Amino acid sequence: MSSPCRRLERLAAAALAAALLAGCQRETRDFHGPPPPSGPQASGVSPSDLAAGGGPIGPPHDPRAAIYEDNAFHIGEGKRYYDWYNCYGCHAAGGGDIGPPLMDDQWIYGGSIEQIHASIVEGRPNGMPSFRNKIPDDQVWEIAAYIRSMGGNVAKDAAPSRGDELQSSLAKTQVKPTPAKPAAPTDQPR
Amino acid sequence: MRRAAAWLAMGMAGLALAACSGAQDSLNPAGDQAAHTQDVWRLMLIVCGAMYVLVMAFLGWALWRARRALDGPPLEDAVKSSADAPMRNALVGWTALIILGLGVLAVGSFLVDRSLARADTKDALHIKITGNQWWWQVEYQDPDPSRQFTTANELHLPANRPAILELAAQDVIHSFWIPNLAGKEDLIPGRTNWLTLNPRRIGVYRGQCAEFCGLQHAQMALDATVEDPQAFEAWRQAQLKPAPPPSNDAQVRGQGVFINGACGSCHEIAGSDAHGRTGPDLTHLASRRKLAAGALPVGRDGLIAWLHDPQAIKPGNHMPLVHMSDQDLNDLVAYLQSLS
Ligand code: HEC
Ligand code: HEC
Ligand SMILES: [Cu+2]
Repeated sequence: MSSPCRRLERLAAAALAAALLAGCQRETRDFHGPPPPSGPQASGVSPSDLAAGGGPIGPPHDPRAAIYEDNAFHIGEGKRYYDWYNCYGCHAAGGGDIGPPLMDDQWIYGGSIEQIHASIVEGRPNGMPSFRNKIPDDQVWEIAAYIRSMGGNVAKDAAPSRGDELQSSLAKTQVKPTPAKPAAPTDQPR
Repeated sequence: MRRAAAWLAMGMAGLALAACSGAQDSLNPAGDQAAHTQDVWRLMLIVCGAMYVLVMAFLGWALWRARRALDGPPLEDAVKSSADAPMRNALVGWTALIILGLGVLAVGSFLVDRSLARADTKDALHIKITGNQWWWQVEYQDPDPSRQFTTANELHLPANRPAILELAAQDVIHSFWIPNLAGKEDLIPGRTNWLTLNPRRIGVYRGQCAEFCGLQHAQMALDATVEDPQAFEAWRQAQLKPAPPPSNDAQVRGQGVFINGACGSCHEIAGSDAHGRTGPDLTHLASRRKLAAGALPVGRDGLIAWLHDPQAIKPGNHMPLVHMSDQDLNDLVAYLQSLS
């Protein structure tokens, strides 16, 4: 074995390890969310500060945004909570219903994660209820990050897969099974 | 060295005894299904045990013979002179014994399977169980909607009355297993499985998810109480009622915290304005024995520990930490404790 070859091998191993470690960031699981900021808070903005039609006015940049936006775990949780807190009821899977679509790039109140966070916490005058105190703040961020991911605005490797509702045909497991007869159970413990 | 061995033996004995409390034990059957399973287990133990003893005896004998052969005449002679015919006979006998043993096991398991399939289902109770990461939703079904109710992480069954369980899963595959009552049955998203129980012996048994389902799989237990039919009926009547209204100031404030805060978006308390469907139904929380699928005892300490930080008790579970003042926490716990 010549030594340059060894070197190359070592370098390759180091590079691989570095790449793997970098990958760890996208999956970091912080179950408590980051500590609340000491500076200005996104939720401190009232709806009247925001002109319909978006525009440059909006909540200031929030340092927590990055933590949620690039993290597969938080975005995945956001997807779950989008359903659990019934955003579906008005926005469907992002395509819009009573509420406006969230997956396109047209925003009434702005499409930065801070602005989406504010829309959820504050509510919006034409029919969007305020979720202040109804959803813990970590989860609002997670939902906002998920909404960002709908339009392809987060790192691809962190975005969750499309929901089943957006597939053209139902997944095999979602097809309604033929009901088994409860009177004569067929599957028995083994 | 001796010391270490003694400690090891004591440790093993301790472990073995720990399994003997009997509340989660397939060798302590409290229902027909588990009894049948125990029958096959016993049969298998006897057949395999006998074969094992035989093999070991032959091995010992062969070793003993080999030692003696060293002192005797050279090997070729030994083979020629003594072994041939008896050895052939022994091998034929051995093969026959194996076939017989496997035959007994096959017939035994067939008969048990048949009796399991013929379980008595007359006048059965119908209960739907849904596996969630990481808790069990339990819905008592009835043709009359006013006699249906929902609870979580606990199962009450009247002794000597069959129960048909409809098993579903919300998110990933789980497996339902109360060893004292029956074998395992998987809960699979998008599919319904059925399990019949014929509970016989009164007692409190412990069930546990038996299919790895994520971070908190180990803390996904449920209580199964088999009780006499009157006690069951009393329990059912109590469960059918809505939650009692708050009866003092602290409880009233606690209910306010529950409904105006995040709690009500995920939890239902029948008779209040909380109608969330994604977390466990809390209508009669205080009547349960355990909190959060067996993680904590129900009671003031357990509730405070859970609400103070659910992510410390079951890291990664789907109930978020909701920040609140100590006053709110106390009021909330007072309210939850009143939900008997
Ligand atoms: C009762 C129906 C309803 C529910 C429930 C609802 N929304 Fe809305 N939402 C609306 C309506 C209507 C608007 C448009 C408001 C406006 O134009 O002033 C809106 C606007 C928004 C906007 C701003 C869109 C933009 O273009 O700027 C966001 C973001 C949003 N909703 C997110 C959510 C999330 C997240 C949830 C779940 C936690 C949710 N909504 C639940 C009705 C609803
Ligand atoms: C995002 C939805 C969500 C919110 C908000 C929420 N919970 Fe939960 N809660 C859950 C889930 C999911 C579980 C089951 C956790 C487990 O056992 O893995 C749970 C479990 C519980 C339990 C134990 C129930 C049982 O059957 O043992 C109690 C008590 C409880 N929550 C009370 C509260 C209170 C009080 C609040 C408000 C401060 C609250 N929850 C907010 C989802 C939520
Ligand atoms: Cu499990």
